[in-house]
Amino acid sequence: MAERQIAFREAIAEAIKEEMTRDEKTFAMGEDMAVIGGAFGATKGLLEEFGEERVMDTPISETAIVGFALGAAIAGMRPIVEIMRCDWMTICMDEIVNQTAKMRYFTGGRPQIAVVIRTATEGGIGLGAQHSQSFEAWFTHVPGLKVVMPSTPYDAKGLLKAAIRDHNPVIFMEPQILYGASGPVPAEDYVVPLGKADVKREGKDITIVAWGGITPRVMNAAQTLADEGIDAEVIDPRTLRPLDIETIVASVKKTSKAVIAHEANKTSGFGAEVAAQIQELAFDYLDAPIQRVGAPDVLVPINRNLERIVLPGPERVIEAVKAIL
Amino acid sequence: MPVAKEKLLDLYRTMVRIRRFEERVSEEFAAGNIPGSVHVYIGEEAVATGAIAHLRKDDYIMSTHRGHGHLVAKGGKMNLMMAELFAKQTGYCLGKGGSMHIADLDIGMLGAAGIVGSGIPIATGAGLSARIRGTDQVTICFFGDGASNIGRFHEGINMASIWKLPVIFLCENNLWAVSVPTSTSLAIQDIADRGVAYGIPGVVVDGQDVMAVYEAVGEAVTRAKKGEGPTLVEAKTYRYRGHFEGDAGTYRPREEIEKWLARDPINIFREQLTKTQMLTEKQVAEIDKEALEEVAKAVQFAKESPFPKPEETLDNVYA
Ligand SMILES: Cc1ncc(C[n+]2csc(CCOP(=O)(O)OP(=O)(O)O)c2C)c(N)n1
Repeated sequence: MAERQIAFREAIAEAIKEEMTRDEKTFAMGEDMAVIGGAFGATKGLLEEFGEERVMDTPISETAIVGFALGAAIAGMRPIVEIMRCDWMTICMDEIVNQTAKMRYFTGGRPQIAVVIRTATEGGIGLGAQHSQSFEAWFTHVPGLKVVMPSTPYDAKGLLKAAIRDHNPVIFMEPQILYGASGPVPAEDYVVPLGKADVKREGKDITIVAWGGITPRVMNAAQTLADEGIDAEVIDPRTLRPLDIETIVASVKKTSKAVIAHEANKTSGFGAEVAAQIQELAFDYLDAPIQRVGAPDVLVPINRNLERIVLPGPERVIEAVKAIL
Repeated sequence: MPVAKEKLLDLYRTMVRIRRFEERVSEEFAAGNIPGSVHVYIGEEAVATGAIAHLRKDDYIMSTHRGHGHLVAKGGKMNLMMAELFAKQTGYCLGKGGSMHIADLDIGMLGAAGIVGSGIPIATGAGLSARIRGTDQVTICFFGDGASNIGRFHEGINMASIWKLPVIFLCENNLWAVSVPTSTSLAIQDIADRGVAYGIPGVVVDGQDVMAVYEAVGEAVTRAKKGEGPTLVEAKTYRYRGHFEGDAGTYRPREEIEKWLARDPINIFREQLTKTQMLTEKQVAEIDKEALEEVAKAVQFAKESPFPKPEETLDNVYA
């Protein structure tokens, strides 16, 4: 039997649906997520399934959405909330960073803060400077948060289910460019554990670490490189915090070269953290400086040609690979 | 207070210009000439028109994601607007900002907003600047019913009211924030009621009636200029199209849409003006023709303009 194919957005909806069925303590809320099933269609069918008590459209109140989630979690619930876009996570940053992330530690480790904050991230569809950003590095900087960023429907579903079952706050970042992308997803229950990287392609010449929307394109780039006789290994960490550095380092020990690619700004991007950890753990194995691919220090322009210059694509990854081979 | 005939014709002309501009934006978007997402103002023309008619060139407005109408009414140049929507180098933001980020400081247009509600404190800051400089400039801050539920609404209006800043908070209540109706996002009928909480007047006005808006905002401007502080004006209006171009808007009941279509602000005003012989059929046709020509020229300008050059990508991050 052919494997079942579904879109990324459907994988998200399925994960929430299955977990909300499994656990009555869960509920979902966010802007435009109930009646129309989300700005990106990733929560379609939930309202019909679970009713208004557990699937709620909120006013435009990002601060309150996250604050409410925290309050409900302290009181024992397991909220799954949506901030429509990562760009607007800035609005509820205090609720995330100073409240949600810290609550367990500074109250002596008692409450379980089982909050999932889903958000659409990255650009690539011509929406400009306040609708295209990816702040994963802002969140990986914060102890107490877990940060997840899947790049396939399979991972999206399995990771979201794991995130909902996790007893900690999880920032779950969904690359907006991938919502329509299809891939194999089994109908049976499965989870993808948080904190476990995936070797998306095995290779012996160079390690490419990539996450988010760029990853499928990095896979194409690896194919292009293969046609030229360069055998790249592609690793998607999938969870950025906690980071599965062991899998990455094992690969670098094999290939001796590493390129790290993400769409967010290169300066202070999470790629810098990955590079630093690689050199701490595998300096003697490296044959060349680690290369980082990310956006230059500029905002995302509305013009599509300029956007393509700013947001890194597979060509930039190929260039980076060739620079150290 | 009687309004001069020329002013009335200006109001009518502005509304028609906004409508024709937006209709063309909608067409050009469908044709694939406009990237990103655009939110048109069709159905709400009376609000921007009636309010901004009180402003001088050096008065300020703060706009929203649904901002083209505000800009046209404030004297924005259609060529530069359309070129920006087409993401061309000749546009207001050099083709980098797009529909949601147009500003024109030469005419007091402080900017639009990609982040709902972000304009409210910004407008208040512009009001503060006028106070500090000792000018009599006023600021009109536009925002939607949806924006009235974000924390900044409270922070901005509270500070404006304690410092009696010359700001008019103009809520364009079109009953919907994307798919969420005010009936489920608010426990009150009138957002204007919230004025009480800040000790400022809260005024409800028919947003389909340009003269009603004109009058209400006129009083608010007078109050602001006298140093008596801000006013919260709520214009009840309706967006005739989906939230953004491409949104079918199926979440809205058909009867509701029809009820509001029957109260088209341009038709209402045209009838008022023709009935009182202020406006002839011939003038109606002329105004329409001129607006269409202006828009056609803007589109031609946009189409003929170059895209920004790759080497311009990194410009303007810092001064
Ligand atoms: C802070 C923030 N949250 C959510 C959004 C997504 N969004 C864009 S417009 C909009 C609805 C705005 O409603 P309203 O303020 O009533 O203005 P209208 O579109 O009706 O003119 C939403 C939810 C956003 N841009 N910014």
